Amino acid sequence: MSRIAARFAALKSQGRGALITFLEAYDPDQATSAALLRGMPGAGADLIEIGVPFTDPMADGPIIQAAAKRGLAAGAKLAGVLAMVRDFREADEATPIVLMGYLNPILSYGPERFCADAARAGVDGLIIVDLPTEEADLLLPFSTANGLDFIRLIAPTTDNARLPHVLNGSSGFVYYVSITGVTGTVTASVEHLQAAIPRIRKVTDLPIAIGFGVRTPQQAGSAARIADAAVVASALIDTLSAHLDAEGKALAGAVEAVLDQVRGLAAAVRR
Amino acid sequence: MNKPIGLNSLRSGPSDRGRFGDFGGRFVAETLMPLILEVERAYNEAKADPAFEAELAQYLTHYIGRPSPLWFAERLTKHLGGAKVYFKRDELNHTGSHKANNCMGQILLARRMGKTRIIAETGAGQHGVATATMCALFGLPCTVYMGATDVERQAPNVFRMKLLGAEVKPVTSGAGTLKDAMNEAMRDWVANVSDTYYLIGTVAGPHPYPMMVRDFQSVIGEEAKVQMQQAEGRLPDVAVACIGGGSNAMGLFHPFLDDTSVRLIGVEAGGHGIETGQHAASLTGGRPGVLHGNRTYLLQDDDGQIIEAHSISAGLDYPGIGPEHSWLHDIGRVEYVSATDQEALAAFQLCTRTEGIIPALEPAHALAYVTKLAPALPADQIILMNLCGRGDKDIFAVAQHLGVKL
Repeated sequence: MSRIAARFAALKSQGRGALITFLEAYDPDQATSAALLRGMPGAGADLIEIGVPFTDPMADGPIIQAAAKRGLAAGAKLAGVLAMVRDFREADEATPIVLMGYLNPILSYGPERFCADAARAGVDGLIIVDLPTEEADLLLPFSTANGLDFIRLIAPTTDNARLPHVLNGSSGFVYYVSITGVTGTVTASVEHLQAAIPRIRKVTDLPIAIGFGVRTPQQAGSAARIADAAVVASALIDTLSAHLDAEGKALAGAVEAVLDQVRGLAAAVRR
Repeated sequence: MNKPIGLNSLRSGPSDRGRFGDFGGRFVAETLMPLILEVERAYNEAKADPAFEAELAQYLTHYIGRPSPLWFAERLTKHLGGAKVYFKRDELNHTGSHKANNCMGQILLARRMGKTRIIAETGAGQHGVATATMCALFGLPCTVYMGATDVERQAPNVFRMKLLGAEVKPVTSGAGTLKDAMNEAMRDWVANVSDTYYLIGTVAGPHPYPMMVRDFQSVIGEEAKVQMQQAEGRLPDVAVACIGGGSNAMGLFHPFLDDTSVRLIGVEAGGHGIETGQHAASLTGGRPGVLHGNRTYLLQDDDGQIIEAHSISAGLDYPGIGPEHSWLHDIGRVEYVSATDQEALAAFQLCTRTEGIIPALEPAHALAYVTKLAPALPADQIILMNLCGRGDKDIFAVAQHLGVKL
């Protein structure tokens, strides 16, 4: 059983949903993001998404755009991101790690070599924002061959006729983009989520995570109950960026401030 | 519109997946996927509807001013001392560039689809002005994304768009040029999926845009073919066009793709020179990758991060190129060369003085190559160049480069 499936199965037996926390690799530098990654499981993150910086993050709002820019300025490269995961795995064999990013750096690295190296480093799943089902054959054979979960995005614009098509070949969990918009902007209403999630459940047995616009403990708790997991990203980066000096360097206490926020979110998911 | 296209034709692309060879495709977030499938369906229906074709033809004739003339540049030809040079005068279109052809086609499609708001990206502002113009004509609200750097260097076009009632949103991310404007337009589209139509200005982006924009721009080459027969009784020997995203070049080249006697040459922006790394020549200096919804040649570093392009011409300042060009490059049907900022500036001045036509800096790149090519060819050869935009918008930038204070 994959780490992702094992984690969701364990949480199900505890009768609660998962908290998925996000960090952008190398934001604002390698050491700070590695410290965040190390600290997140202890603070209550059940799964962790690592954003892979890209120059043109078309699906992201200003908060994650800025994080990607800081990450690139700090020298983030795909190989460096994989090294971060490898280091993390030496101390944590259980927490699933999902890489979220855009296709071009992977194409440049070589899709087959990337999937092999990612699996070896201890990555469990991939979310490639600009790789829709229609183009998935560029990566899917290699992610499957290396045991990586290929996590698909479902949007409010994905109609019922399209759902089975999009979910075909997906594994790990399903990521519901709960708003029509970019990351970190608006929040979906509870009513919208209560209508949307059963629609997806009809066509898949995979766990469903709700992301985009989940910011507060209350929103995370509610999303994790309506679906199977809540993804919190921009709100954590907001906290990190509030703890940077004028040059963008992390101030003392930056990591702890973000981890405190993770603790608050984790408590709400466990309530 | 077109003659039936045979299986062995180079004009039969793209495939059902929107591919030209390995290039093109639909690399967008799931949120947008249903929308671009809807655009594709609507476009295919419109294309098959004679009423749509008739409506477009009516506007092209009476509003845009087509056909654009074919002009024998006699004094320039004498000056260069070689092949005869003809200009396809798309700078005489309403709004001053070839961009109007595509905007008119797409806005009629948006109306057919019942969309009530239009967004666009722009580099030099030519596409933004053309989009704002059509929106004024049809009374549709219009938002144009433009890089902050371009807003500064293309101030006259910014003012034009505002006069036309469009909202111009400066984009400060990245280098504040066309690439960043396109990112921001995509973000707007994702957030306003129900009522908004994204009117892309070049032959790039996810399928069906490269195909659709090419089809709307092919009127350039179709007219030129007929006009050249009337003027010279034969096809040109060479057709030349500048390339940023590549829409004026695709429009000129596509009707000639199966005419193997016609050499096709695309001129990319060489910026400060290819060797300096500061240029916008994706085919000459890039490699294949995925950006803005399509797989194509891109300027990128070893890690797949996109590199900022540089060109004196805001309209060519883009690190990618339309996917059909990438394919035509790889199969060798079209030759791709480059011209530097300085060469374009020289050609800009030469055209102005010898022909009394102030060209935009974009086609000045095509002309820069023509000034090298024509003297090397015999006098009975014919070069057809797409003069795709007029240069009024550029006189301030040119003055600055020439050290003149206006």
